[in-house]
This record gives sequence, C-alpha cells and structure tokens, in this order.
Amino acid sequence: MKFREAVCDATRLAMEKDSSVFVIGVGIIDPRKVWGTLSGIREQFGDRRFIEVGLAEDALTGVSVGAATHGLRPIIVHHRIDFVLLTMNQLINHAAKWSEMFGRQQSVPLVVRAVVGRGWGNGPQHTQSLHALFSHVPGLKAVVPTNPTDAKGLLLAAIEDDGPVIYIEHRWLHEDDAPVPPGYYVTPLGKAAVVRTGTDATIAAVGPMVAEAMKAAAALEQTGLSAEVLDMRTLRPLDSDTVIQSVVKTGRLVVAEGDWSPCSVGGEIVARVAEQALSALKAAPVRIMWPDICVPSSQTIEAKFYPGAREIQNAVMSVCNHYSQGQTIQNTVKKFDGPF
Amino acid sequence: MKTDGQRELKKQLYYRMLLLRRSEERIVANYHLREMRSPPHMYMGHEAVAAGVCAALRREDVIYPYYRSHGWYLAKGGDLNEMIAELHGRATGCSRGWGGSMHLIHIPSGVMGTTAIVSGNISHAAGAALAFRMKGLNAISVAIFGDGATEEGVFHETLNFAAVYKLPMIFVCENNIYATNTHIKDRQAQTDIFRRADGYGMPGMRIDGNDVLRVYDETGRAVERARIGDGPTLLEYMTYRYLEHCGVNEDLELGYRTEDEVRRWMSIDPVHTAEKFVSEQERKNMESEISAKLDEAFAFAKSSPWPETLIAEEAGA
Ligand SMILES: Cc1ncc(C[n+]2csc(CCOP(=O)(O)OP(=O)(O)O)c2C)c(N)n1
Ligand SMILES: [Mg+2]
Repeated sequence: MKFREAVCDATRLAMEKDSSVFVIGVGIIDPRKVWGTLSGIREQFGDRRFIEVGLAEDALTGVSVGAATHGLRPIIVHHRIDFVLLTMNQLINHAAKWSEMFGRQQSVPLVVRAVVGRGWGNGPQHTQSLHALFSHVPGLKAVVPTNPTDAKGLLLAAIEDDGPVIYIEHRWLHEDDAPVPPGYYVTPLGKAAVVRTGTDATIAAVGPMVAEAMKAAAALEQTGLSAEVLDMRTLRPLDSDTVIQSVVKTGRLVVAEGDWSPCSVGGEIVARVAEQALSALKAAPVRIMWPDICVPSSQTIEAKFYPGAREIQNAVMSVCNHYSQGQTIQNTVKKFDGPF
Repeated sequence: MKTDGQRELKKQLYYRMLLLRRSEERIVANYHLREMRSPPHMYMGHEAVAAGVCAALRREDVIYPYYRSHGWYLAKGGDLNEMIAELHGRATGCSRGWGGSMHLIHIPSGVMGTTAIVSGNISHAAGAALAFRMKGLNAISVAIFGDGATEEGVFHETLNFAAVYKLPMIFVCENNIYATNTHIKDRQAQTDIFRRADGYGMPGMRIDGNDVLRVYDETGRAVERARIGDGPTLLEYMTYRYLEHCGVNEDLELGYRTEDEVRRWMSIDPVHTAEKFVSEQERKNMESEISAKLDEAFAFAKSSPWPETLIAEEAGA
C-alpha cells in the first residue's frame, strides 16, 4: 500500500469507527483528492463529514477548535504546511492552551494534516518543513511518519489523541509503497523506532532523512562501520530516552533532519544527550541539517540544498574517526516532474 | 486628434495582450523540455485584465500581483528576457533564479514581488500606498488577487484599513470562478465580490474582464479617484482561465468544469475580440516582433549562467 493510500485508509477507518471524526479543509473536494489521500471519503461519508471551506485557513482552524471542545474530532487538511502558518494564532494561542487554561475541563482533539513539498522549483513558500516550529509549544504534539505503516498507525493515534496533533507528511513519501497491516491499529505517539541496530554510531533521523540514513548505514557497513538508525517519528513528545539508550551503546551521535538548524529538533536531541549522557559520548555530535537559507527555486541550488545519504555517511565516518578512500556514496534524488 | 489617440491606445492594448498570449504559448510549448522547473500558473484567458489595468497606470505606480504572475509582470513593463531566465532558474532572472514562476519582481517597472501564499500580497499593496502617502509621492498601488483570495481574512482587514485611511490604491480582483478546481458557489454564499466594497465604505463594481477597453476605462476612473485622495476602489473583473490551475495542460478530464463552459469563454476570447483594433498588416508586424523577442528571450535564458548556490561545499566533496 502506498503512503498516500495508507493515510486515506486510516481516515476511512477512523471515520467508520467514530462518528465524531470529520474532515475539513481548503480544496478537499478537488477531484485530485489531495493527492489521493482522501479518495472515496466524501463519497462514503457525505458532505456532513467532509467540509469544504473557501480560502479561510485561520477561521476553519478556529471552527475546528470550537467543534472539538464539543466532542467532535476534526481532521484539518492542508496541501502545504506553509499554509498552516496562517493558522498559528488558533493553533498556538487557542488550541494548545485551551485545556490547561481552563483547568483541564475540556480537551481539543484535533488533527492538522500538513504536507511538506519538495522539488520542481516549488521554492521558498511551498517547501518549508517547519516541524521544529510545531515541536516548540506545550499543548501541541507533532508527528512525522516516514513509511506507510506508520502513516496509518500514527494518523489513527493522532485522531484518538485528546489534544491537538500536527501530522506532517512529506509529498515525496506519498508514492512509497510497502505492505501495511490490515485493519485498525495505532502506532503510539511519543515512541521512536529503532529501524536498524548497530554498535558504532547512532543516527537519529527525522522524516525523509530516515531513508537516507538507511542508505548511509548500508554503505557504512561496507566500510566496516555499524550504524544504528532511529526514526524519531514523534517530535513532541520527543523520545529522547530511545536516543540516549542508543548513544550509551554506540557513544556517537549524528542527527539527520530536513529543517533549519537553529532551535531545531536536532538541537533538542543533542541538548538532551549532553544533559543526560555526556559521559557516554566519545565524539562531539554532528547534525546534518538544511543550509541556513530559504529553499530556492533554481534547479542547481535546489540540488545542492538537500543533504542526503552522502552527508550522513561522511558525518558518521567523521564521528568515528574512520576515513576510507573513495567509498562515499552518491545521493540519489527521486524523479519528480512537478508541478507541485 | 482624439480618434488618433483612441486608435493608438487600442493598438497598444492589443499589442500588450498579444505579447502576453504569445509568451504563455511559448512557455507551454517549451515546458516539456524540463528546463523551466517551477510551478507555472498560466494566464491565458485573463489577458485583458492585466493589459487594461496596467495601461491605465503610470510607470511609477506599483502592482502587487499573485502567483498567476506572468501576464501582470509583462503588462506592467517587466523585462521579458529576465522573466524567461527566471523560469529557467538562471542568475540573470528577475529574482536571480531564486524565485521561479511564482516569484517575479521587476522593481524599475513597478512590478513588486509576486507571492504564492494566497492573499498575503493584498496588504503589501496597502503598505506601499501608505508609504507613498507618508512620503508625499503621487504614485498609487494596486493589489491584484483572485476570487478565492477574497475569502481570506486579510482581504477584509485590508479593505477596511484602506478605506478608513483613503489610501491611494486599487483592489483588482480577477474573478475566474474557480479557486484551484473548486467553483465559487461551493465557497461563497454571496458571489458578487464587488459588493464587499460597500460593507467597507468604498466603491466597488463588477466589470467584463474580457473587454479590454472597459477594463482600461474603469481602472482609469479608479486611478483618478485614488490619485486625488478620494480613496480606494474594488474592481471585480470577470474572466476565465483556459488551462489547468497550475501547469501547462488542459484539464477537462478532471471533470470539475464542462467543455461547454470552456468553449463559451473561448468564444469571447479577449485577444481575438480585440483583433479588430489593428489592421491585418499591423497584426502581422506585431506577431513577428513578438516572436523575435521571444526567440531572443529563450536564447538569453538558456545561455545564461546558473546562480551562485551560497551553500558551502562540503570539504572534500
Ligand atoms: C493561504 C493559501 N491557501 C491555499 C493555497 C493553495 N492555493 C494556491 S492557488 C489557490 C486558489 C486561489 O484561487 P484564486 O484566488 O481564485 O486565484 P486563481 O488561482 O483562480 O487565479 C489555492 C487554494 C495557497 N497558495 N495559499
Ligand atoms: Mg480564481
């Protein structure tokens, strides 16, 4: 099952199980069905639970907060996470605060699905990741699934959760295909996954960088290095325990994250390891992050912008003080002909 | 004398529309080469709006268009070579290759940055108008946006603000009935966008956006009001997009609009309708002039250098 089909499957299962779940968003009735992530949902559940809104992201988020406090479970869908920025007041000032501000008498069970773009010159306003921004605020949870199984399980967990959850999905993962367990299941929030075990270095990866880390780990094995790869999956609450456990074993840490470095999740991971397991570290941690500029449109800069397996491999070799000649792999990029 | 002026104006309007149409066609024809890698929102069908509005402006006046940007950029006098180079991601592009199709800018001719987050630009235009007022300049500013953009809060907030301060600006809505592939009736209960103006205390009107002379005349009146300090106007121009929302193809297979509807709009095509403004010989001359300019622009773009990456090369990479 493709990633995007897994998102759709989870939506359908949640709506079948719980009649308080509904979908709301801008352009969701579009025949393209948000890249097929909502195929058949409107047809099966009707317009009462599939609510198209004009261009009004701010208001529809506030509407969702209000509906959520009355027992409904909205799934807000955005074609780009960049558009979620129009809703920050509702998300951070209102949704994230509501429960605590009123002594936990009400909850705000809502999910914000936000797609991250990449490629074909989508440029500065359509390719931001911003996951660190959403991981900063108490009262919000943030998840970044990286494979079809988690796409389904984490979406179901997010819908079940009684607080607001930002569900960040990468456009480039939509076509990834893998077997997915049938039926209803949840992938617990707040748990990282150890996707490859190793002994020499820990690679804590976020989002599409997990696949890059796996490629790097395979190449590193050829040079005699054993890397452990963690898929962080949930960024808030952040499962630093799993990272620390791994670092205590390996003694070395590389974080691979597609976002800007200042105040990033990678920064938080490194800080927690420093605070709680400094003595386990045999080398200074390295973060593989985006360059500190906007994502440019031109294909030549875009091609240099995104770090991949090669940079991760080099980072692991450097923290391990293990240099071998001519072994570095080349980054491969998915073929994507846009337009968005 | 007056009729000579009229004829000259009509010729100019036709030329502008033809330039816009042929440029878009050339982009469509070359897009499959995979050299113009950014999401293009084509302007075909809308030409009379940009041509008519911009003809009523002075060079020092500024426009704030949106991502459906090519037509506006060219109509206001943006450099063609730089636009085609920008679509090719080259250093000689109007945004030096960093922006792509959705992010054009040409400061000398008053094309302010075009942006891809719907409606953000509306308030930028008001800010420019405020600056012109504070600096004692006589220029005016134009906010340009689609029917969908009027659903965003910032549209309403800006209309109110601009009306209170009688800002020297115009609000230009290009109503093409759809936001992406969603019909306006699925999004708005009151689909007369021009009526919103009344609620904020400014004049508003709906105008046939395929009739370039009417666009020019009505914009001219709004420009006049803005310039003498009578404040902003909301102009709603009815028009139609021929190609898919984003990309260079037709999209009938999506089923959100009928072939019949597309045909009806094409039968009142703004460029074709205005053909009568010029003689056959004049039209031929214009065609070959524009064609030569486009040849030059594409050659310029393809031979231009790539931008500097500003990204540090990894040591040893
Ligand atoms: C704030 C925001 N929400 C959603 C989008 C996605 N989007 C891009 S264009 C568009 C439709 C806008 O329609 P309209 O204003 O009528 O302009 P048109 O494209 O028809 O010219 C949408 C929803 C966006 N870019 N920005
Ligand atoms: Mg529109």
